[in-house]
Amino acid sequence: MSVIAYGAARAGLRNSGALLNRNWVAMRRAWILILSGAVESLLFLFAFGFGVGALVGDITLPNGTTVSYTAYVAPAILANAAMMGVLAETSINVFAKFKWMKVYDGILNTPLRPWDVALGEVWWALIRGFTYIGAFVVVMGLFGLLDSWWALLAIPACVFIALAFAGIGLTLATLFRDWTDFDWMNAVVFAMFLFGGTFTPVEAYPAFAQPIVYVMPLYHGIELVRGISLGQLGPMMLVHIAYLLALAVGGMWIAQRRLARALYK
Amino acid sequence: MPDDNEILVSAADLRKSYGEHEAVRGVDFEIRRGEAFGFLGANGAGKSTTMRMIGCVSQPTGGTLEVFGRDPHTEGAAIRARLGVVPQDNTLDDMLTVFENLVVYAGYFGIRKKAARAKAEELLDFVQLSARAKDQVSDLSGGMQRRLAIARSLINDPELVILDEPTTGLDPQARHLVWERLFQLKHRGVSILLTTHYMDEAEQLCDRLVVMDEGRIIASGSPRELIDTHVTKEVVELRFGTAHTAELAALAHTLDGVGAQIEPLPDKILVYTDDADDTNAALEARDIHPSSVLARRATLEDVFLRLTGRALVEDEA
Repeated sequence: MSVIAYGAARAGLRNSGALLNRNWVAMRRAWILILSGAVESLLFLFAFGFGVGALVGDITLPNGTTVSYTAYVAPAILANAAMMGVLAETSINVFAKFKWMKVYDGILNTPLRPWDVALGEVWWALIRGFTYIGAFVVVMGLFGLLDSWWALLAIPACVFIALAFAGIGLTLATLFRDWTDFDWMNAVVFAMFLFGGTFTPVEAYPAFAQPIVYVMPLYHGIELVRGISLGQLGPMMLVHIAYLLALAVGGMWIAQRRLARALYK
Repeated sequence: MPDDNEILVSAADLRKSYGEHEAVRGVDFEIRRGEAFGFLGANGAGKSTTMRMIGCVSQPTGGTLEVFGRDPHTEGAAIRARLGVVPQDNTLDDMLTVFENLVVYAGYFGIRKKAARAKAEELLDFVQLSARAKDQVSDLSGGMQRRLAIARSLINDPELVILDEPTTGLDPQARHLVWERLFQLKHRGVSILLTTHYMDEAEQLCDRLVVMDEGRIIASGSPRELIDTHVTKEVVELRFGTAHTAELAALAHTLDGVGAQIEPLPDKILVYTDDADDTNAALEARDIHPSSVLARRATLEDVFLRLTGRALVEDEA
């Protein structure tokens, strides 16, 4: 049994690895695009963290502790960076490969299955996402925004965010019919960025708005990364992780089902 | 030693429906190792759907299908590992170069990089695209893209190559280049399965073929057998100036008996006959003078026409 499981796992990794290789070969000439995404997040950090942060100074959190506003905002922008890199890769790029360039049509004539395609796209999105995250954390460290070595745990915390948005992005890529649908996605993403607890604690919002925020995947990502960066750990973190993992698994499952339905006509 | 009579694909009462629409309505066939097997039919006859089911990317809704003795439903990936597929629309990877298309595709079969590169070079040479190895796919002509798709389908040394309308949309010169490569494959002993709506293609390439119409197989055999069974040895095409459909149908009645069968088409009348000279003499005797008379050997096109009352390629429109 375990031999079969091992064999299946190996074949699964080999198959999704082949897709990963395809994306690497296709994108290695366009690495500048990936770099530009990382720069965008850093610009946000400078604008809000240092620009606005200099005006706000310190902020008192709901639990009573006081931190500098820059240290408060930086983890949220890191979480946002983890989301953006992965979401762009899985939604827009997968949509283009799926419906526009018909890349998967050719691939499914090989031993690869829709599940391998979904998994391979997630690997690739994670790699791209982590080029952003890595660059960002280095900059945070250089500006003294990482309070302790614990803060390095923010990087694996970003894995959960990246996984969740890889699942969401893949599902959106299979749901969307047209490029205009991405305008909706971008609007929602921007709303999450503004109101997901990036700039102020959620407790500052009116009571009716708070449940909406709790549903936002980015909110859970921000809370997770911020808690770790500020060294404020708690049981709620397990809730954040569970929520993000559920989105990741659910999203990938729906996406591969929809890919199979569309391509195995 | 591969058994020459080994059956690679067998279908019994194979069916595929899309909702109300029944694309394939119960077909039976067997494809043996080493043969070139063709599906001849107009567009919408169910050829591509059948190919997709054999290629394990479409699930039958009825009947049974076995490929390499396996069940496509449960062992699709294992079957696809032994197939080479050239889809109608190539599905090449536009983001990759010609060479990368082959090497990356090899990766999907788990072929290691070094072996993949060697194989890719060999195949580019085979389809005469070595000089274009570094080009983007979009810079290739239609014929070159098709040849690249053929090369790609051979990357895993498949036991059976499936080609869906390999020369549709290609200019005559490009068609001949593709045919020539397919002949080479045949000579190497690769089993080939192709669909086409060109009777000359089926006649030249296929050892055996089935004629499909509206989701059913209406005839099967070697090209020669089909012609011998369903039509006469020769065909005389008669044109009467600008006379058209209705006028030709009327004229056809006056031709009774000049051949074995008379078939009026929109632009000409076909006379099926065992001897074109006799037919010409009969026309002369009845004082019928067409504006042009063309006597030729009967082809698969005539078989299709006899069986369905429609021409093959006209359905394209």
